Amino acid sequence: MTSATEAPNSDVLRRDAGPAERPGRAPGGPSKTERHNTKNLRSLARAQARSYPAWFLIPAFAILAVFFFVPTILNFVYAFTNWSAFHPGVAFIGWDNFVSLFSDGQVLVSLRTTLIYALLVAVFQNLFGFVLALFLEKDTRLNRTARVFFFIPVLMSSLAVGYIFQAILQPDGALNGFLGLFAGHSVSIPWLGSTTWTIVVVALVQSWKFMGLSMLIYLAGFKTMSEDVLEAAKIDGASWLRTLRSIRFPLLAPALTFNVATALLGSMNGFDVVQGTTKGGPAQTTEVLNIFIYRTFGQGLYAQATTMSLILFLVVIIIAFPVIKFLRKREEVL
Amino acid sequence: MTAIGRTAPVRTSRRHARDYVRPIGVVIVTLFVVGIPMWMVLVNSFKTTGESQSPNLALPKVWNIAENYAQVFTQGDIVGGFLGSLLVTVPSVVGVLVVGSAASWVLARRTTRVMSFLYSVGISGIVLPPAVITIVLTLKNLGLAGTVLGMVGVYMGMFMATVIFFVTGFVRSIPVELEEAARIDGARPTQVYLRIILPLLGPVIATATILVTLSVWNEVFYAFFVLGGGSTSTLPLNLFQVASQTQYTQNWNLIFAYVVIMSLPMLIVFIVAQRRIVSGITAGAVK
Repeated sequence: MTSATEAPNSDVLRRDAGPAERPGRAPGGPSKTERHNTKNLRSLARAQARSYPAWFLIPAFAILAVFFFVPTILNFVYAFTNWSAFHPGVAFIGWDNFVSLFSDGQVLVSLRTTLIYALLVAVFQNLFGFVLALFLEKDTRLNRTARVFFFIPVLMSSLAVGYIFQAILQPDGALNGFLGLFAGHSVSIPWLGSTTWTIVVVALVQSWKFMGLSMLIYLAGFKTMSEDVLEAAKIDGASWLRTLRSIRFPLLAPALTFNVATALLGSMNGFDVVQGTTKGGPAQTTEVLNIFIYRTFGQGLYAQATTMSLILFLVVIIIAFPVIKFLRKREEVL
Repeated sequence: MTAIGRTAPVRTSRRHARDYVRPIGVVIVTLFVVGIPMWMVLVNSFKTTGESQSPNLALPKVWNIAENYAQVFTQGDIVGGFLGSLLVTVPSVVGVLVVGSAASWVLARRTTRVMSFLYSVGISGIVLPPAVITIVLTLKNLGLAGTVLGMVGVYMGMFMATVIFFVTGFVRSIPVELEEAARIDGARPTQVYLRIILPLLGPVIATATILVTLSVWNEVFYAFFVLGGGSTSTLPLNLFQVASQTQYTQNWNLIFAYVVIMSLPMLIVFIVAQRRIVSGITAGAVK
């Protein structure tokens, strides 16, 4: 459940260059003023170095290097080896892992599953969170209590949530029992047994777990809106729906960016909810990349698991950055 | 309640009736969406194994509370899992905040191109997924595989980006003049940081603490790989153990008893510090 922690990464893109970091060292003979500026900047940098010693950075970046970047680099190395539990020694085998994973179609299936899952979660989680925020917007005591209730799943372990819904959704589980009361006869729909729809059901479970977080972010977004703008709309005779569509929803852009980004990243890295509900089944139709990695690692096929982990890494880069950039641009238009 | 005075001065009885529709809707939706699943967990954790095979919403025919909860304490090793979770979570959260905040101060204040690059590197982990398999390899080479220290290192590496992102943004909003006054009085950088900056970081540290604690406490995927086979276990790992004991059927009564107990610490913390947690989470997201 890393989703809650994924911060609005967007600033990577927004803060491309700080104001004071354009020393402008032109290659062909700098002018007098430019040389002067460069000198000033250098002395500024020296003064900064005295006041803000570099060793403050060392522990943080040492930990990042050892536990994050070294493994990431090794990922690129070991994906090209035959590293496994079945023989000692590790040898380079070129693209063999990629070829075998792609040729038996496993990568594409897992990749497709992961992307569908991420997309569904991003849509459901935001839809539910948004509707809840509208529903519980008024600051009454009842609404505050309801918000606390909707936040309980966010606090729980994703694995536990997965098990809870496995029990609710099994053929003789609580949901079918409940439906049976209305139907008048016993209902036994295998909610987690369809090779087509189970992925949707699991995405709904993941969204159920995190919708309280999205709701909270949207509520905060509503709170930051200027009263004047909303008052002006009211005076102009805009209906509730019109105000929502034309003013409040567009103004919610930063909250939407955060929520979509966290939902996408959280579900692309998802594991717990899928493991708890279906373990990747039925017939591997809900096997997202991390389930695949877990399974192949358990089988001792370390290089294959590494290759898949590298593919996940690349997919996240390819998908997440453009999505965040797009959402950021949407904010700027406003 | 809040609309008094703004709405029509004379409240008709029709208006009065409509006032109740929404609250009743809130109660019904909350009960259905969150209340029923929670009830299902609680009520089935009181049943016998046989009765909980088909987990429904009915009250137990035979109350088996003491037996179930005693059994998860012994078989599911709740105490060991709880201590393991604490042993992993507390140093991870404290460690990542201590070293991350110190680095953030320098990253926020120095304006060279190198620092701007280091900042980007520092926060890249927000987006990039950690390389789980090679993390295990790295830990093995360091002799840290299966150890608490290794797990703490991995979590610190995973959440460093979040801390750097939040704290750097916050430090930039603190006026430099505050530091300069102390510097003129002869304070050394370490003193400036500890006496001037650190005390001001309270709100952002609260936000980061909440987010990182929630994530680490419930994390299970990386724990499988790092702690699997080691002597330390955590609450989610033990839950997985309990749920994997039987192959084809689930002992829902025991699983749910476990879920109830393992959810209590975070629930209690949330209820006690509800206001700070809510404002803490939302503060960083919407600017």
